[in-house]
Amino acid sequence: MKHRGYLGNIVDTAKTVFEGMAVTFSHLIRKPFTIQYPDRTALRVQDTLPFRYRGILEVDLEICTGCLACERACPIDCIVIDVVKDKQTREMLMTRFDIDMAKCMYCGLCSEPCPTGAIHHTPEFEGSDYSLESLIRRFIKEPVVTYKPKKGGEDDPEILPLLDRGMRYVEEFASPEGKKPEAEEEAA
Amino acid sequence: MQEFLDSLINQGYFAGVPRDVVYAGGMIVFGAIVVLVFVLNVAGVSTWVERRVWARIQSRVGPNRVGPQGILQWLADGIKLIMKEDVVPTAADRPLFLLAPYIVMMGFVGTFVVLPFGSRLVIADMNVGILYVTAVTALVVVGILMAGWASNNKWSLIGGIRSAAQIVSYEIPNGLSIFPIVLLTGTLSMQGIIKAQGWAPWNWFIFANPFTFAAFFIFFTSALAEGNRTPFDLPEAESELVAGFVTEYSGVRYLMFFMAEWGNLYVIGAVVTTLFLGGWQIPHVTDSVVLSAILEFVTFFVKSYFWVLVAMWVRATLPRTRVDQLMAVCWKYLVPIAFVNLLGTAAWMIVWPQGNRPVRFIMLLIALGTVGYFFRRVAYHTRRAGVRAHGELYLSPLS
Repeated sequence: MKHRGYLGNIVDTAKTVFEGMAVTFSHLIRKPFTIQYPDRTALRVQDTLPFRYRGILEVDLEICTGCLACERACPIDCIVIDVVKDKQTREMLMTRFDIDMAKCMYCGLCSEPCPTGAIHHTPEFEGSDYSLESLIRRFIKEPVVTYKPKKGGEDDPEILPLLDRGMRYVEEFASPEGKKPEAEEEAA
Repeated sequence: MQEFLDSLINQGYFAGVPRDVVYAGGMIVFGAIVVLVFVLNVAGVSTWVERRVWARIQSRVGPNRVGPQGILQWLADGIKLIMKEDVVPTAADRPLFLLAPYIVMMGFVGTFVVLPFGSRLVIADMNVGILYVTAVTALVVVGILMAGWASNNKWSLIGGIRSAAQIVSYEIPNGLSIFPIVLLTGTLSMQGIIKAQGWAPWNWFIFANPFTFAAFFIFFTSALAEGNRTPFDLPEAESELVAGFVTEYSGVRYLMFFMAEWGNLYVIGAVVTTLFLGGWQIPHVTDSVVLSAILEFVTFFVKSYFWVLVAMWVRATLPRTRVDQLMAVCWKYLVPIAFVNLLGTAAWMIVWPQGNRPVRFIMLLIALGTVGYFFRRVAYHTRRAGVRAHGELYLSPLS
């Protein structure tokens, strides 16, 4: 800014303060940007999040094959799965499926190798609690028979939607490029 | 006040007690009532108002959860601070550290003695009223310096010293801007100054002549600086000094400093209103003493609270000055201009001893024109933001 001299400085001060006050006043009469979480949003925030949002992990035990791919993929070992073979029925039984959400870093590496998309992130993110212990999610109360993919496709109407959802999830995870045009639009 | 106590004495209420003791007792009781009922609430609610106004200017919402629209936020904050431990650092100068907040508080509450809320609503109409306000406000600097020194902390000390330098410097333009008004009225009494003005804007001292108009802005600026308000809040500049002289304070003592700061904001507004804006003057509308007292109070309160809002708005607009800029503004600009105002007013009174009515009206028109142009600029800025979306008008103060 060029030197304006004594009176010029005074005039500049008056002008700039005047203009600045006008700018701030125009903000005073505008609508605030703030979204008032959690109780004054039009929709639940969880419902507005994208499909691939990495919230708290969830397992659909009905379609879990017990392959332990997620346990092996987890870089911080927050997933623990115990699978035993039932001697009489010759079925695989899962006796334990624990995910420690306190350790989980929401990287999503567990849901990528899952063959059925049984393990996936939900849009749920409100996990605060008074103890770390309560953040360990124990999915299995009593032993569960693992899921076996059927030849010729699934036909059980109860399992079918879960499987569809799981496969869609895995596919979207495997190829996030599929969403690319939209992402570019947003950036532009 | 005195009549009321006299009537009580005549009715034989305080038999055997010296008259002066009764007066002093009455003063203390009345002062305590004013402090509890008015000062604390105004200061407290101001903190909430400031946070809401400031939030809206920054496109936020601000506290709106405690009570309707968050109006009880200040109570919640106050209760929290009162319940907190009152920590005194081991290395602190204990007596001074404990005493400092009271002195700051005294310096600000003391001004309420002479603030005229109506033609009858005043605790004491001293004949040195405005001088008393300046003098008792200067007590704040003692408390702040005390706090800065006693905390035994570098930030506190720098904050205290800065505050002392700032307040002492800005007392000069502040005082010099009062003088033109004193010249015009010939009295220092707050009530006398208000009575010399009229209810109509063209009878206010701000429009008395161009020099008082300039004096008004100088007074407001230097009053902000004296109250340690942004853009002159160097003594408690968070980015440099953590919290300046209040760094080591906690609990109720911390609360006192902030009570004094926000209460002082109202005092600034009230003094500005008294000196320049016609105080409680209203046109004659009713013969009822009570009703006119209420109207006068409302007028005075609205006028002075408007300047509190302006101070908040300035705080949201202007960045903090540097120390050298602060001093340059004071000594190179405000002080010389204030002197010019003083001499100019004196000269004006020689040329037009009865004042110059056409000039008053012209100045009022210029002021109104400026306000009009201001709102055109506001409309321009609002529209321009509208192009970039999220520029919706939202005039409701609620959220």
